[in-house]
Amino acid sequence: MPALAKRVGIAVLIIGVLAGVGPLLESVLTEYAMRIIILCGISIILAVGLNLINGTTGQFSIGHAGFMAVGAYGTAYTVIMLEDHAGAFLSSLPEEVAHGGVLIAGLSVGALVAGVAGLLVGAPSLRLRGDYLAIVTLGFGEIIRLVFNNASALGGPTGYDGGRPAGLPAYTNFFWVYACAAAVIAVVASLTFSRFGRALSAIREDELAAEAMGIPTTRLKVTAFIISAMTAGVAGGLFAHLQSSIRPDDFKFDKSIDVIVMIIVGGLGSISGAALGAVVVVVALELLRDAQEYRLILYPLLLILLMILRPKGILGRHELSISYLRNLFSKKTATPPTTTEAP
Amino acid sequence: MHVRARWTLILAAASVLACVFAVGCKGKSNGDIVVGSFLSMSGGTADFGTESKRGFDMAFEAANAAGGIKGRRLRLENLDDQGKAEEAGSAVNRLIDRNGAVAILGEVASSLSLVGGRIAQRRGVPMISPSSTNTQVTAIGDNVFRVCFIDPFQGYAMARFARETLHLQNVAIFTDVRSDYSKGLAESFRNEFTHAGGRIGVEQSYSQGDTDFGAQLTAIQAANVQAIFVPGYYQEVGNIARQARRLGLNVPLLGGDGWDSPQLRSIGGHDIEGSYYSNHFAPDNPTPRGRAFIEEFRRRYHQAPTSLAAQAFDAANILFDAMRRAPEITPAAIRTQLAATRNFPGVTGVISMDANRNPIKPAVVLRVGPTGDVFETTIEPR
Repeated sequence: MPALAKRVGIAVLIIGVLAGVGPLLESVLTEYAMRIIILCGISIILAVGLNLINGTTGQFSIGHAGFMAVGAYGTAYTVIMLEDHAGAFLSSLPEEVAHGGVLIAGLSVGALVAGVAGLLVGAPSLRLRGDYLAIVTLGFGEIIRLVFNNASALGGPTGYDGGRPAGLPAYTNFFWVYACAAAVIAVVASLTFSRFGRALSAIREDELAAEAMGIPTTRLKVTAFIISAMTAGVAGGLFAHLQSSIRPDDFKFDKSIDVIVMIIVGGLGSISGAALGAVVVVVALELLRDAQEYRLILYPLLLILLMILRPKGILGRHELSISYLRNLFSKKTATPPTTTEAP
Repeated sequence: MHVRARWTLILAAASVLACVFAVGCKGKSNGDIVVGSFLSMSGGTADFGTESKRGFDMAFEAANAAGGIKGRRLRLENLDDQGKAEEAGSAVNRLIDRNGAVAILGEVASSLSLVGGRIAQRRGVPMISPSSTNTQVTAIGDNVFRVCFIDPFQGYAMARFARETLHLQNVAIFTDVRSDYSKGLAESFRNEFTHAGGRIGVEQSYSQGDTDFGAQLTAIQAANVQAIFVPGYYQEVGNIARQARRLGLNVPLLGGDGWDSPQLRSIGGHDIEGSYYSNHFAPDNPTPRGRAFIEEFRRRYHQAPTSLAAQAFDAANILFDAMRRAPEITPAAIRTQLAATRNFPGVTGVISMDANRNPIKPAVVLRVGPTGDVFETTIEPR
């Protein structure tokens, strides 16, 4: 099976590169710069995951922060439980292995509970067409926040820190964030460029026609929605172990809007666009910090400017590839995908 | 189409470069002592940040007018965290790495002080929270301080006030069971009041959000008490005052800083007048230091300072005091001197740091009057 071998090879290569680059960056850059790079990675996971449902499938979800919250609390609670109840076993392992293993276990649980939440929200609302999903996901996000606000076992409004003075263990580092981002991109890309992804695009273009072609629209929409929710859960888990404590207010409605802005900036429907948009938004907001309170004026101005110059986002529906860049910079071969000019 | 795209790309690249250039060229080491602060200057709690920033600004200007510290000027770098934990984390890291802050001031909300404090602790930079009362904040570690008293002290102060000033024998406690704050105050009040020879006639409880307190108030009335200690928030307290008077229960209510809101009088009306609560700062503070601060604040901002501004002013001045005593301006030396703060004359009272980096300082007791809250007395710590 050469195809499988090739994929495994690429995966091993990526993990090797990340394992090498991570410590290198940590030794060269300040903690502040590393934090921004890690926040970029978390935003990439959020944006690529949301793009599957909002961009590729054309369903408008505005509850991504809610799934992020479920994943964050699920991950943090699992990590603390594991360390409290299996501490003796974990301390017998090498430190790196124990921390990584606990984080992976936590993230798996976080993704799972976020996926279950996705099923509960998506199954009823995706049977309908139109704006219902937006309304239901908006409500879901608020409900989740209020539930965690009133869950005193999880810290209530002050937030969950595992009951430790130092807060949740800081296991989130460059390697884990970008390994998760690579995995999420790989999963979403292989889904998007498969029969499944083509069916999702068909639903986006014309749901009635897609159904007439024999596509089980509800099932596919719900499946895509669950996968999207699970990626948000992973991002939430990584965020929790970066922040040292999580509060229900960290996952408010405006967090969902931030992610929507990212995918619109990058280009709705493009995986590389979503990733690029995430990086652009996080870095732009950080650079604008020097402008103090004017930041909240400059940032929307930049967005408006972008929407005037590039209404389809930075990449539109294109994927960032060598041939796309070559087209962009050579004068003669201006070939938008719809026209068939000779080069 | 593609020409436009290319121009956009070039424009974007140019603006990114310009930003990086602007950021990279901002000099930071011109001999100034840089202190960082993170506050919510925008978002839902923007008034907390704005008010605290005023206190910081006044302290920094006064210190610089007096010649700075060790001949160096002081500079405050304030970053807005929008009341968000994610922003607070980035802001504190940035203050340390980019601005070279030797100490951090902030936040008001305890949940944000916890996020910032853990970073400050890990990076070995001292942080002073002006107004976070949650006990966990200073439990983070030896780099995190605060200048406001923690919640249990208010129960203690009100018990002393009830015993020594009002000479009460028999008091009821009416607790909000949904709030750790309320339960903490009730516990320390009970301990101190019974310790001082008083009697808790009856204990009742309610839940945040309740609107009918008739059953509990009837039980309290039957116990024939001289006052009711209600360590809750202004919303419920206002309603409790109204319903108590309607039952003919004409004893004063006692409470903590959860009462501190103009809403208290609009909900409680005349029925809440004549009740007492403990607070960090009185806007009609009679001490000379307090009056000077209030006058200067009024001159600059044309309104009376809140306790947030007064505590921010004290936090910055305690930091300067530690810097003056420190042999050199490094985070570690400042931290050691902060921990050694004794009898510092602040506008909210004389402050000493205890072994857990919490201040030992007095509380003020205010009486709710028809037009505003009036300073009644000061309760010194043990």
